[in-house]
Amino acid sequence: MQLTNRKKLVVNKEMTFAERIYFPAILGGMRITLRHFFRKSTTIRYPEQKRELSSNYRGLHVLKRDEEGKERCTACGLCALSCPAEAITMISAERNPGDEHLYKEEKYASTYEINMLRCIFCGLCEEACPKEAIFLTKDELAISSMDRGDFIYGKDRLVEKEHHPDGKVRGGGPVNTRTYHG
Amino acid sequence: MFDFFIISKMILVVIVFAISLGIGAYSTYFERIFAAFFQDRVGPDRAGPMGILQPLADGVKLFTKEEILPTDANRFLFIAGPSLAMLTACMSSAVIPWGTYLQFDAGRVDLQVADVNIGLLYVFGVVSLGVYGVMIGGWSSNNKFSLLGAIRAASQNISYEIAMGLSIIALVMMSGSLSMRDITAQQAGMNWNIFYQPLGFLIFMICSFAETNRTPFDLPECEAELVGGYHTEYSSMKLGLYLFSEYINMFISSAIMATLYFGGYNMPFIDSIGLPHNIVAILGVLAFFAKILFFIFLFMWVRWTIPRFRYDQLMRLGWQILIPLAIVNIVLTGIGILSKDWIVSFFH
Repeated sequence: MQLTNRKKLVVNKEMTFAERIYFPAILGGMRITLRHFFRKSTTIRYPEQKRELSSNYRGLHVLKRDEEGKERCTACGLCALSCPAEAITMISAERNPGDEHLYKEEKYASTYEINMLRCIFCGLCEEACPKEAIFLTKDELAISSMDRGDFIYGKDRLVEKEHHPDGKVRGGGPVNTRTYHG
Repeated sequence: MFDFFIISKMILVVIVFAISLGIGAYSTYFERIFAAFFQDRVGPDRAGPMGILQPLADGVKLFTKEEILPTDANRFLFIAGPSLAMLTACMSSAVIPWGTYLQFDAGRVDLQVADVNIGLLYVFGVVSLGVYGVMIGGWSSNNKFSLLGAIRAASQNISYEIAMGLSIIALVMMSGSLSMRDITAQQAGMNWNIFYQPLGFLIFMICSFAETNRTPFDLPECEAELVGGYHTEYSSMKLGLYLFSEYINMFISSAIMATLYFGGYNMPFIDSIGLPHNIVAILGVLAFFAKILFFIFLFMWVRWTIPRFRYDQLMRLGWQILIPLAIVNIVLTGIGILSKDWIVSFFH
């Protein structure tokens, strides 16, 4: 009884003489490889050349500042809570009376660390942040190192650099960022 | 003691040895470059400009690795295996004619280390000795898989030696001499043996693929990747010697193929230009190396094109197909030689 319309009859044909002596097949194969020999290769030579990344690419993290240059992060801990790899840790502190130009609200993160070896770059911390403080940038990729301790990124490497009109640069972290509404 | 002959021969030995080691080392580099180009990628290009220093890096890596001697392995044989493989690989370069001769005021320098009158037989003797290197390595590793791999490698080697020898017999029938220099000298100009012995060349080429353990006959090597093989237990420079001897074997096989069938150092029209004799000799040497490099490229080209033979297919090819073909080749050559005058008389 016929079960389906799409059937193909498989025939186990005897090899012809030309197939049995292997030679025409070998020469045909060699012609194909020779054609590939003269073709341009598709290799991207990192780090001289870099791959084109999409606009949604999730790279290194950055803690952004607002328009007046104050840090937005308030150490609420939602990013650490949402992180599936438990890569974010922080210690909060209360803003001192003379530091209103540094931090936006009264609570700020005195220590904020992301363990890059645990981070899976999923972007859930970016989705969870209520202050639009943490973003995953597009242009920076995690660089390699020989020391395990180098992979714990502190605030000096995470907070966005701020360029003053008088040439002073405050803070650390990657410069090229993708905004949330970009 | 400081005879011109002895000094010139010693210098020639050192030069030939250095060239074969150098070409063996850079064959590893070119193997990787060609493999990459055939596969639409770039090869090693980080060590030095365009990766030229890659063989040096590989050599340093092999030297600095740990030497492991398996327990209960026969110590002397374990070290002797790769040494024997390397020895037989380098020994066969002694009878290959690299050029005609150079004429100096002090005397004449033949560009061949040893012009033995049984040169071809010497080459086959040394090739047969090469089987020992593989067998000893597999046996002395004290490892069942190594032994099985070595047995397969040895059986492949000796099976294809027979067809190789038979294909050479037809060539010797035509040339009348076993000396490599005589065979090359008879191919002066464009009178190359490939035009008289195409089937013989085909059989010889297939057999030299099998003798040097190159794809499609690289069952000993693939077993090294898959299960075992004769160089499983080897590390550091002993492994390096095994791998290196394979590339030197490839170079020597290419040289012999070029000498026997493609005229060696002969190029057409080279004598009629009227250059001084030494320059003509040097040009012959360069032409010879061009042919050798083409054959090495052919070895690599075939390697990255076709898959390897199964063991029973390999044995069937060696015994049931190549040996009868070689015998047919001998019969045809004999008929050709005997009826040569009769055929030529038709064209007059």
